[in-house]
Amino acid sequence: MGGIDASVLTISPGRPLRLSITTFGALAWSGFRRYATYRQATIAGSFTNIVFGFLRCYVLLAVAHGATGGRPGGYDGAQLATFVWVGQGLLTVVGIWGPPDLSDRIRTGDVASDLLRPVPPVTAYLAADLGRFGHAVLTRLVGPVIVGAIFFTLAAPTRWQTIPLFVISTLLAAVGSFGCRFLINATAYWLHDARGPLVLWTLGSGVLCGLYFPLRLLPEWLAVTLWVATPFPGLLQTPLDTLVERDPPVQQAGLVVIQAIWAVALLALAGTVQRRAERKLVVQGG
Amino acid sequence: MGELRAYAALLGGKARSLAAYRTSFAIELLSNLGSTVLDVVTVFVLYRATAMVGGFTLAESLLMTALTAAGFVLADLTVGNIDDLKRYVRAGTLDTVLIRPLRVLPQLICMDLPLRKLLRLAFGVFVYVAALVANHVHWTPARLALAVVAPIAAAVFFGAIFVLTASLAFWWVESGEVGAAFTYGGRDFTSYPITVYSDWFRGVFAYALGFGLVSYQPALALLGRTDPLGLPAWSGYAAPLVCVPAVAVAALIWRIGIRRYRSTGS
Repeated sequence: MGGIDASVLTISPGRPLRLSITTFGALAWSGFRRYATYRQATIAGSFTNIVFGFLRCYVLLAVAHGATGGRPGGYDGAQLATFVWVGQGLLTVVGIWGPPDLSDRIRTGDVASDLLRPVPPVTAYLAADLGRFGHAVLTRLVGPVIVGAIFFTLAAPTRWQTIPLFVISTLLAAVGSFGCRFLINATAYWLHDARGPLVLWTLGSGVLCGLYFPLRLLPEWLAVTLWVATPFPGLLQTPLDTLVERDPPVQQAGLVVIQAIWAVALLALAGTVQRRAERKLVVQGG
Repeated sequence: MGELRAYAALLGGKARSLAAYRTSFAIELLSNLGSTVLDVVTVFVLYRATAMVGGFTLAESLLMTALTAAGFVLADLTVGNIDDLKRYVRAGTLDTVLIRPLRVLPQLICMDLPLRKLLRLAFGVFVYVAALVANHVHWTPARLALAVVAPIAAAVFFGAIFVLTASLAFWWVESGEVGAAFTYGGRDFTSYPITVYSDWFRGVFAYALGFGLVSYQPALALLGRTDPLGLPAWSGYAAPLVCVPAVAVAALIWRIGIRRYRSTGS
C-alpha cells in the first residue's frame, strides 16, 4: 500500500470513490464552517446588498417606465425587479469577489503545504468554495429576495422547469466563478503578486456578468459575443435570465448548456494551469 | 512647520514605495480609471433603452453623474483611505498612530498616497466639463460660481461620509461592508436624478442624509430647471452648504469614537 494509512483522507483515482466523496465533503464542510464563524459580517453584507438592491431597482424601473412598451431589453417591470433583487442575493452566493486566498498563499509560500496534501489543489479549493457557496445560499440569498418581495412586485416562474434550471444554473455559476478566480489567483505563480489581475477582474466581472445592468441592454451583437466568447454572463446573468424566464424554453435551456460548457472548460483549464505551475514553482522565502 | 515636515516625510515614503513597483502602479492607475469610465458607460447603456429617465434627458443625467464622479473621486483620493480604519482597529495598527505626536486623522489619511486615482479624477472633471457644454448652460456669475463650488462641496460631503462610516469601526469592528452602502451607495444614489426613487427612499437618502443636495439640486440650478419635487429655485445655489453640517457631524462622531477606542491589547 506504499505506506498510505487507511485513515488518510485522500482524493485519487486509485482509492475507493466513497473515500474521495467523504474527503470532498469534509473539505466542503470546513469551507462552510469558516464562513459560518463571521455572523456579523453576514448581517453587514446583507444590509449593503439590500441598499444596492433599492438603488439599482428604482433606476431600472425608471428606465422601464420611459422605454417603448415598458420593456427595456425585453424585461417587464416585475422581471427587472426580480433580476435586481435575486442578483443582489446571488452576488455573494456566486462569490465573484471572493477573498484572494490562493494568490496570498503563493506569495507567502504557504502553497507548499497545499501541494503536500493527498488531494489535488484545484479539487481541494473547489470543495472549500462549494462549502462557502452552501453557506451563502442559506444566509445571503433570502434577505434581499424577501425585502425585494415586500417592496416590489417580483415575477413568479410559470414553467415547471424554471426552478430546477435555476438551481443548476446557480451551481454552474458558482463553479464558473471559482474557475475564473482560481485562474486569476494562479497568475501569482508567475507574477508573484496577483494584485493587478485581481483589480482588473473586480472591475471587469462586475459589469460583464450583468451586475450593473442586464446585458440585454447592450447592442445584440455585443451581448451574443459576451455569451459565447466569455464566461462572464454565465456568472450571474444566465441564472437570473433563467429565473425570470427572459427567453423561450429552448433558449432558456440552451443558455444553461453554454454555461455548463464554460464551467467545465474553466475547471479543466484551472487543472492544467495548476500542473504547469507545480513544475516551475519555487517556493518563496525558503 | 515641524508637523508639516512630518506629514511630508510620511507622504514622501509612500511616493517612493509607489515608484518601486511601476508596472503595478500603471495597472492600478488604469483600472481605477476604468471604474469611473464604467459608471459613465452605464448611464449611456441605460439611455439606449429610453430617452428620459425620471423626466431627465441623457445630457442632464450625465451632468449629475459627472458632478458626483468628480466630487466622489476627489474625496476618495484625499480621505478615502480612512476606509481601512476597521483593519487598523482590529490589527492594533491604530496604536502606533496614537502614540505619535501628530493628529490622528491626518496621519491615517497619509498612510496611503492614492496617486493611482489621479487619472480617474481627471476623467471625472473631463466628463463634468463635457456635460456642462452639452447642456448649453446659460451662464451667469452665480452659475459659474456654483459650477466651481458644487464638485468641491460634493467632495467635502463625501469626505465627511467616508469619515462617518469609518468611525463605525470604533463601535462595531465587524461592520464590514455597511460603510459601502453609504459611500459607494451614496455615490450611486446621486448619480441619477432623484425623481426615480420612491418617496420614502428619497426622503431618507436625499433629504434626511442630505445626498439630494450633492448633485441633483445644484444640477437643476445649473440647468435652470424648476424642481419637479417642489424645492425652490434658490435651493440649488444653497445646496453646497450641506457639507457644513456633514463635516460638523463627522468631526463630532470621529472625536467621540477616538476617545472611546480601546486597544486590542495584543
